[in-house]
Amino acid sequence: MSIEVKNLTHIYNMNTSFEKIALEKVSVSIKKKEFVGIIGHTGSGKSTFINMLNGLIEPSHGQILVNGIDIHGENVNKKEIRQKVGLVFQYPEYQLFEISVFKDVCYGPSNLGLSQQEIEKRATDALNAVGLKQELWEKSPFELSGGQKRRVAIAGVLAMQPEILILDEPTAGLDPKGRDELFSQLRHMHKELGLTIILVSHSMEDVARNVEHLIVLHGGRLVYDATPREIYKNVEHLEKIGLAPPQIKYIIRDLNKRGFNLDENILTVEEAATHILKAIREGQ
Amino acid sequence: MLRDITIGQYYPVDSKIHRLDPRTKILLTMIYIFGLFMLDTFWGYGAVILYLLMVINESKVPLRFMLKGLRGIVFILFFTAALNIFFTGGEIILAQFWIITITLEGVILAIEVGLRLILLIIGSSILTLTTSPIRLTDGIESLLNPFKKIGVPAHEIAMMMSIALRFIPILLEETDKIMKAQMARGADFESGNVVQRAKAMVPIMVPLFISAFRRAEDLAMAMEARCYRGGEGRTRMNALKYQASDKIAFIIGIIFIGICIIL
Repeated sequence: MSIEVKNLTHIYNMNTSFEKIALEKVSVSIKKKEFVGIIGHTGSGKSTFINMLNGLIEPSHGQILVNGIDIHGENVNKKEIRQKVGLVFQYPEYQLFEISVFKDVCYGPSNLGLSQQEIEKRATDALNAVGLKQELWEKSPFELSGGQKRRVAIAGVLAMQPEILILDEPTAGLDPKGRDELFSQLRHMHKELGLTIILVSHSMEDVARNVEHLIVLHGGRLVYDATPREIYKNVEHLEKIGLAPPQIKYIIRDLNKRGFNLDENILTVEEAATHILKAIREGQ
Repeated sequence: MLRDITIGQYYPVDSKIHRLDPRTKILLTMIYIFGLFMLDTFWGYGAVILYLLMVINESKVPLRFMLKGLRGIVFILFFTAALNIFFTGGEIILAQFWIITITLEGVILAIEVGLRLILLIIGSSILTLTTSPIRLTDGIESLLNPFKKIGVPAHEIAMMMSIALRFIPILLEETDKIMKAQMARGADFESGNVVQRAKAMVPIMVPLFISAFRRAEDLAMAMEARCYRGGEGRTRMNALKYQASDKIAFIIGIIFIGICIIL
């Protein structure tokens, strides 16, 4: 499933004194099975953008083509779009309502009019995919820890069996361990289930190590649309728009200033470690 | 979708009406409502409408914005109008079928009641549209102060009101968010019969209640952490003071309502 976004503009409260441009002439294309990151400061329009990808907000101008179909066109079944484009909101655990974890995950597929057997199979698959232990499945979702609740909520969207999964700041409020676990599960889903994943974040570190295609928004406009390596070369400009590149970029820069000759393209701590060790060994 | 509700919403522009003391506006609104129910002639209604239009013009709030607030009462409006048309007895019969008779008196009464409701809603929405919730509750507290002696908890009432008002947009936003989240999971709130629609509300109501309780608890905790103990000995950053313009507003308002009643 590919997504083609053309000249997307959204204005909140059009024609009133509260008018606010949230997104202005954004055009991007997302390929099938890509792991995409969307990054931007608060108020950059990223949440508006993903709401539109799912058909929840109508764009003021412009088009979104999912597999060539204009999702805001006439005669388009919104429900079908929402099944194909799964959207996990910020703090998704606040949407849980059922008396048990399993039942809550069943809510999505049961809205699709499937057989009971199929509903339960999908819920089981989804809960396994997010790695939630089976002994928790019959508990009330409100008894779980924050990280577990979050995984239940993600499973609730996964159970719709979407082809594209959009996650809005999925790791906000999680501890480092929960964050790492969640990311490794996302990478796993991307590989094993062949999902197209769109990750919204404001953490450069998180996207640097996970995505292959990065979209940077600032003040409702598209600033960059390339690979993370390409984008992180513009350290000064990124800082200007309030997005600090991964800390490791600074370490590399400072080491190079003091006589090292490291590759400027290094993105993750692991990469940096190998390069620095190599440089030290060669130096000796 | 839920952002359309305008009742109780503040429209932030600067105008003479906005700058009036909230107490003036509350009292004038009360006088206005009282005057509205004393009306019974055609000219009286004309004068009230004229007065209202003048105030709206002075308030710089677009008329379109005010009328939007009426959308919420369309049902009540039609319901009361229908009751009046069908169940008012009278001399001059306009139409008659089966057990229903429509009389001229009924139609006139329906129009009158409908008009009164519309004027009531618009008139009182001027108060909320031109007064920020904080100033509004300050005004109420100040007006209730004399009743403290007979045991009216003025400060507590005002505090509860300002918290409730503050929570309206928060909870609306929250509802919007939860609705979107459930819609993303394929929920359908628009089709189906009454029972199905009511059932479809459960996935919204449960998370909404939980979040409301959580927010209330957080707020109580935050207030306590800042040593909130109620209104005793509490001073204000912006104390309310009557200005010359308030006196003028009082005079104009009372004269106008007086005229309306006489007409």
